[in-house]
Amino acid sequence: MKIKLPLTRTADSVLPGYRLCMSITLGWLMGIVILPLAVLLISLSKYPAADLLRTLANPRVQSAFSLSIGASLLAACIATLLGVLVAWVLTRYRFPGAALLDALVDMPFALPTAIAGIALSAIYAPDGWIGQYLAPLGVELVFNRAGIVLALVFIGMPFVVRSVEPVLAELDKELEEAASALGATRLQVFRHVILPHMGPALLSGFALAFARGLGEYGSVIFLAGNVPGVSEVVPLAIITALESYDMAGATAMAVAMLLLSFATLYGFNWLQHRLRRGMGAGA
Amino acid sequence: MKRWLCSLLLLGAFSAHAADAVTMLNASYDPTRELYAEYNRAFTKEWHNRTGQALRIRMAHGGSGKQARAVADGLPADVATLALGADIDAIAARGLLRADWENALPHGSAPYRSTIVLLVRKGNPKQIHDWNDLAREGVRVLTPNPKTSGGARWNYLAAWAYAQQQWGSSTKAERFMRGWLGNVIIFDTGARAATTNFVRRHQGDVLITWENEAYIAQKYFGADQFEIIYPSVSMLCEPPVAVVDSVVDKRGTRDLAETYLAGLYDAAAQAMIARHFFRPITPQAASPLPALDSTRLVRIGELGGWKKAQATHFAEGGTFDRFTLRGEQ
Repeated sequence: MKIKLPLTRTADSVLPGYRLCMSITLGWLMGIVILPLAVLLISLSKYPAADLLRTLANPRVQSAFSLSIGASLLAACIATLLGVLVAWVLTRYRFPGAALLDALVDMPFALPTAIAGIALSAIYAPDGWIGQYLAPLGVELVFNRAGIVLALVFIGMPFVVRSVEPVLAELDKELEEAASALGATRLQVFRHVILPHMGPALLSGFALAFARGLGEYGSVIFLAGNVPGVSEVVPLAIITALESYDMAGATAMAVAMLLLSFATLYGFNWLQHRLRRGMGAGA
Repeated sequence: MKRWLCSLLLLGAFSAHAADAVTMLNASYDPTRELYAEYNRAFTKEWHNRTGQALRIRMAHGGSGKQARAVADGLPADVATLALGADIDAIAARGLLRADWENALPHGSAPYRSTIVLLVRKGNPKQIHDWNDLAREGVRVLTPNPKTSGGARWNYLAAWAYAQQQWGSSTKAERFMRGWLGNVIIFDTGARAATTNFVRRHQGDVLITWENEAYIAQKYFGADQFEIIYPSVSMLCEPPVAVVDSVVDKRGTRDLAETYLAGLYDAAAQAMIARHFFRPITPQAASPLPALDSTRLVRIGELGGWKKAQATHFAEGGTFDRFTLRGEQ
């Protein structure tokens, strides 16, 4: 499986239209991604640095950042565990309704997240379908920080499932059988055969779920309680600043968020690349 | 591709059809939904009788601050009917409408009024009778966040006005403000979301809200479930309306927009306003709401006007920011 990816137009490329495709790619990235982000960065210069720094030094803003990062990390971990499980079930077992289940996994992609937030709050609120049984146990999953994680797991899980699923599907079953025939325990098979193959996909699913969680607004505000300094996430803090005409504060937080997300995604991509290369060398 | 073309054609037909009717856009805040739905029906009919023109009024509802920003950023609303003067000021600051908009219509361009009340559960189990009860330990309070909700700004100022009257600007007033803000369990982003959490999710013991919103909650969810408490001090809320000059001049709809807003002061419209639990400004209009004899109503002017209130309380580092920082007490 060695395909030489052409860095420039080469005569032996199967598909024609390199220039056209490249222009469309760059044009799209320019208009939809790069330009809006550039505007954000340029608008930084409109505000005195002192204003921007004051916003970031504000304890409420800092608490919003640590909450957003912490909740997204925790949610990405949970989503990764659950997502792998779901992907495993979908690829390894044949059962009636599998196609339906498969389609259901994608629902959080399509559903307006505000609706997810409202539905989750209706179910897990202390008087909700499930919440009413949890409340006597002292477990309250919504209108606090737990609600944020709940929302982010919902939003993040499909990313993990969709990243891991194709890898699991392609994974040679014979490898596992060989390993177990050679005396490996189930745990060893998972640890030494399955996990290394899943690694890059797992990482990318985790990174996507994490990055998506950092930016999620719609569902979180219905589940968080939104108490400043306690359960206020960064996207809400940005909206709040906008609503009170504090453009400098909103811009400062938005740029900080942007850098954070970019660093995360870039870092994970790099790590994933390393993992792939390592795997290729090992194979 | 074919489907694309179809929808393009449809779109073209649609806009061609819209061209021979007059349209108007009213950018409003959340709790006026029901009122304007009825007023628009009546006004459309009247306008047709008077001019023969078919009129279509579109509504854009949302948080008052959000609407103001949308109009300031170019939403082509002919009229803005918002929750507080500060939001119309924000549009005026962009030069889109006259700075002295308050003088354009009677009563400071506020055709209806409201106040802030406390909605509690039937039987008032937590015995909440006035603002100071909100600061008691164990009382769970719901209010939207004043930074994102115009209504919540009135809520906050009503509590502030009470504190000022009770204790002036002493540390006791601050302790009270910190106390009740510390009891808030959910800061929703808008008034309707807070009502939903109180009414449908059974969160909290008391909801601070618009008087009309409280009556709407009672109307839709049963008067046997909630009680409305009028505190000893509250705000006299005067939600203002204004013609967006730059939009009507460009679209040639000035006459229509001005007639539309002036019509809100007519006897029929005032009766409609009363039916939707706002307080009419003409005393003749029969109102289902109780007289406010034992509540002292404070005007925003007494607190120094919106500009000052905004800077003192809701700007970054204002009293709201300071009082809500928990664990600093």
